[in-house]
Amino acid sequence: MTADPSARLTRLNAEYARALDDDRLEDWPAFFTDPCLYSITSADNHRQGLPAGLMYADSRGMLQDRVAALRDANIYERQSYRHLVGLPAILGDKDGALLAETAFLVVRIMRDGRMDLFATGRYLDHIVEDSGHFKLRERIVVCDSNRIDTLLAIPL
Amino acid sequence: MSDRELAHAWPDAGLTRVPFWVYQDEANYRSELRRIFEGPTWSFVCLEADLPQPGDFRTTFVGEMPVIVVRAADGGIRAFENRCAHRGALISLDDGGTARHFQCVYHAWTYDLEGNLTGIAFEKGSNGRGGMPSSFSKAAHGPRKLRTTTLHGLVFASLCAETPAIEEYLGSAILGRIARVLGKPIRVLGRFVQILPNNWKLYVENVKDTYHASLLHAFFGTFRITRLTQGGGVLVSPDGAHHTSYTIDRADDRTSTAYREQGIRSERVGYRLADPRLLESVDEFGDGIQLQILTVFPGFVLQQIQNCLAVRQVLPKGPESMELHWTYFGFADDAPEMRTRRLRQLNLVGPAGYVSMEDGCVGGFVRRGAAAASDEVSVVNMGGEGTESAETRATEASVRGFWKAYRRYMDQ
Repeated sequence: MTADPSARLTRLNAEYARALDDDRLEDWPAFFTDPCLYSITSADNHRQGLPAGLMYADSRGMLQDRVAALRDANIYERQSYRHLVGLPAILGDKDGALLAETAFLVVRIMRDGRMDLFATGRYLDHIVEDSGHFKLRERIVVCDSNRIDTLLAIPL
Repeated sequence: MSDRELAHAWPDAGLTRVPFWVYQDEANYRSELRRIFEGPTWSFVCLEADLPQPGDFRTTFVGEMPVIVVRAADGGIRAFENRCAHRGALISLDDGGTARHFQCVYHAWTYDLEGNLTGIAFEKGSNGRGGMPSSFSKAAHGPRKLRTTTLHGLVFASLCAETPAIEEYLGSAILGRIARVLGKPIRVLGRFVQILPNNWKLYVENVKDTYHASLLHAFFGTFRITRLTQGGGVLVSPDGAHHTSYTIDRADDRTSTAYREQGIRSERVGYRLADPRLLESVDEFGDGIQLQILTVFPGFVLQQIQNCLAVRQVLPKGPESMELHWTYFGFADDAPEMRTRRLRQLNLVGPAGYVSMEDGCVGGFVRRGAAAASDEVSVVNMGGEGTESAETRATEASVRGFWKAYRRYMDQ
């Protein structure tokens, strides 16, 4: 494994996107530390310092609960995502974590074949070393738009 | 629009049958904008907390009419059409902000915070030539002004001079239910917009429909946030227009097997949260009501699900599309633990909400299912034919109430 943090984060993001896009949602919580912070918000809210998220989890258990609800409780038409994740910009470090920002684009594919540009934005990450792996201590998903078409089921 | 002018008619079945053309017909939709949204009703436009200081403004819509809502120099709240008196362009292109005056970008006509036309670029022309006729009266030209009223931090606007005062419009029972939740200064926690692929009325009916909540939303039923076997009921205003439904936890429901016996999907035994802090709530209003959903006709929702608070604004966007504008909030005096609790519980609602995600798609399911059924009807018969308040939620009384009010406004 290379020690270059940018390359390691690129690998983490690629694996993260594959887990979501391949419907391996159960693998998704393990990309985070416990406790952690995962939140999906909009650029407007983020700019104004408004803290609410469309999804909000501050433990790995809450991430697991999100997956369990999607599997067993929530009703939504079958759909999948295709993430395209950009190259990370390493912004510095804080409290032992690497700070990074990475752009993403998500196409949503519905069961009838309809494809839409569903979301674009950036991941604002705090990344820490955990047993030789990069883990997300914090991932704030800042969507460029504050509009969500129909519903947001699968995490971004 | 009366029945005679419509290509379609209502079936002779009281309020218990709703024809699908009301969700599809373009002419009927245009008539709704005029008779309901621009008629003698109050539309929610923003929170007072959105406009703390004079000059603070937000732009929104009343029906499809773009409006600017602004706190004026005297501290009062004004609303006027976001349409330049000159050529009709939008006056403000921002979602909100702070202004001393407004200026249209097209030809720089300016307006004060009251919506009065105060300045015309080159009004006297240039070098003695051109300019507006001296007879042109700025006072006689301006965007349409709306009446505004505030209620416990909510701001409503109406284009119609005949709309009754908000207290009379809502009635004492609904007023009391708003006061119950909004007793303190509000702090906004976030705003999101959800695009729904259906007629606006399908969403409003869905919110009023107490019957579906624990059936469609498995999360509700499983965690006993609301079940039809729990205490609670539905309160419908005498004119049918507004409603409140509420749930009170009741010890005897814990052992109820009614859902299991009927094989209802939403009952899932053994479903447990890995992190139960999501549902750790406090009885902040001191009355044991863990869920209260309230609607104000035509398109406002106030929601309390445990400690998760939000207002929702229903904006029609054509016969088969609408926007739902969510504002999540807490109170200005929330302690840090309460704020964190609200942020966790906000997972329950919104476009990704554990208990509201389904509401985003179910209206589209109706639109698609009924695409070829404009003269067929849907059945709204649970709990009988009336619109009375009831101490059960296994009823569609509040949905029938909506249609009672709708048909009165529409003269149908």
